[in-house]
Amino acid sequence: MNIAPNPRSGLVLGFLPFVLIAAIYLVASAERRAANPDDKLLPPVAEMADTVRRLASEPDRRTEEIVLWTDTAASLQRLAIGLSVATLSGLAFGLALGVLPIVNAAFGAFVAAISLIPPMAVLPILFIVFGLGELSKVVLIIFGVAPFLIRDTALAVAGLPKEQMVKAQSLGASTWQVAIRVILPQIMPRLIEAVRLSLGPAFLFLISAEAIAADVGLGYRIFLMRRYLSMDVILPYVAWITLLSYVMDYVLAQLARRGFLWAYVEERR
Amino acid sequence: MSALSMRNVWVEYGDQIVLERINLEIASGAFISVVGPSGAGKSTFLRLILGQEQPTRGTILLDGTPLPPEPGPDRGVVFQRYSVFPHLTVLRNVLIAYEFEASKILGQLTGGTRRAAIAKSEHLLEAVGLAAHRDKYPSALSGGMQQRLAIAQALARRPRVLLLDEPFGALDPGTRSQMHALIRPLWRELGMTVIMVTHDIKEAFGLGTRLIALDRPRLDPQAPGRYGAIVTYDLDLSRGGPVPIPRFSKSLDPSDQDGARERRQNA
Repeated sequence: MNIAPNPRSGLVLGFLPFVLIAAIYLVASAERRAANPDDKLLPPVAEMADTVRRLASEPDRRTEEIVLWTDTAASLQRLAIGLSVATLSGLAFGLALGVLPIVNAAFGAFVAAISLIPPMAVLPILFIVFGLGELSKVVLIIFGVAPFLIRDTALAVAGLPKEQMVKAQSLGASTWQVAIRVILPQIMPRLIEAVRLSLGPAFLFLISAEAIAADVGLGYRIFLMRRYLSMDVILPYVAWITLLSYVMDYVLAQLARRGFLWAYVEERR
Repeated sequence: MSALSMRNVWVEYGDQIVLERINLEIASGAFISVVGPSGAGKSTFLRLILGQEQPTRGTILLDGTPLPPEPGPDRGVVFQRYSVFPHLTVLRNVLIAYEFEASKILGQLTGGTRRAAIAKSEHLLEAVGLAAHRDKYPSALSGGMQQRLAIAQALARRPRVLLLDEPFGALDPGTRSQMHALIRPLWRELGMTVIMVTHDIKEAFGLGTRLIALDRPRLDPQAPGRYGAIVTYDLDLSRGGPVPIPRFSKSLDPSDQDGARERRQNA
């Protein structure tokens, strides 16, 4: 436990599993191809690169749209709307639950119960109520993510020292002023972290909804290509989704660090 | 003016009686030290005056009017910990008091009013010797500096009563005596009533003009919550010198209460 890597060897070690898995894939792919030239399961990298180039640059014959970009735009739009609404409601309701004992008494147990409903179980209801369009997919993301964000925010508020609220009031602050000047800035870093953790579930709900009923989107494409065993499309799409969520995670992490320097002072020391 | 009076105040949590029969008249401008063993209700006593807790029975008056049932700007407070806001710089920690006062909806000031408030905040920071650290975050300050900031913050709204809840308990002895040297002139200058809860007997005698000891004189082993703490000693410490010297100035022995009372009557 006392042997720690230096920065450079740490980087090398970090890349090692990726390189390893790539090497295994290359070998396995080549072997299968050697045994069966029509193998679809593990397409060679060159074939995948060719497919990606086609998807990203040539318009589709039927829709005359460039498939990869229209899929990405549609999915990201759903994700952005869903996550934004979920974050805002997490903030507003979480603050109200955490700050006001009356609201907590009235809705605390209710939110806890709602958050236990498996979102996928209500997907049929959402399709029935909101139709098969964009709305039902967005609502699924909100339904899946918002209760967690609300509860996490309320817990973050409850975790702040009581002394701070009393101190603020003894400086003449009203409940509203305590909420926006003392509590809100202090829970923002935690909220951003909660949103980062919600990215995974949000993508899960998005892709599930798209798999079941959609005519465009990353999840729709993957499940469409499954019928043709087109691993040369599915694998790059999975990698692309992973990259997208990694970038979002990174951007949120940087946002928290840049915007709320004080929250990370301890960590740097 | 900031005279406090507590009339037959009781605090009970269910069956548990914490404080009973508290009758105190605290003169305006007094520096009260409150001492007592752990669990004797010192902090409850402070929270009562702060408005964070309500008495089960009895009334508390500040200058003849009942205390509002919530903390307010007429009563400042410094806690042992968590008194400053970690997300604000030193200057903004003080500035926020003026912002609360002047901007009800946004809690933010702009332009000339902001500059005036900054000037007032800087003046306070100078008084507690933190002017050089105005742009640091509290996490970058030492424990003593954080408490000095908390004091500057508490003084911003010119409270009539300043409540100190073991404010120097977590500090090392050197820093603590620095803080003593800081708080006394501030108290003299601003003429407010100070109520300080402390574990440090020396501090209690050294700073206060009056010492109140809370304790539970009766204990029923079958029902430990049956009897609450009362004021067991109420000593007048007002005198010329800042630190009483045993056998030369006033007696420090609590059993010599009658002597103290006699002297008070003579004075």
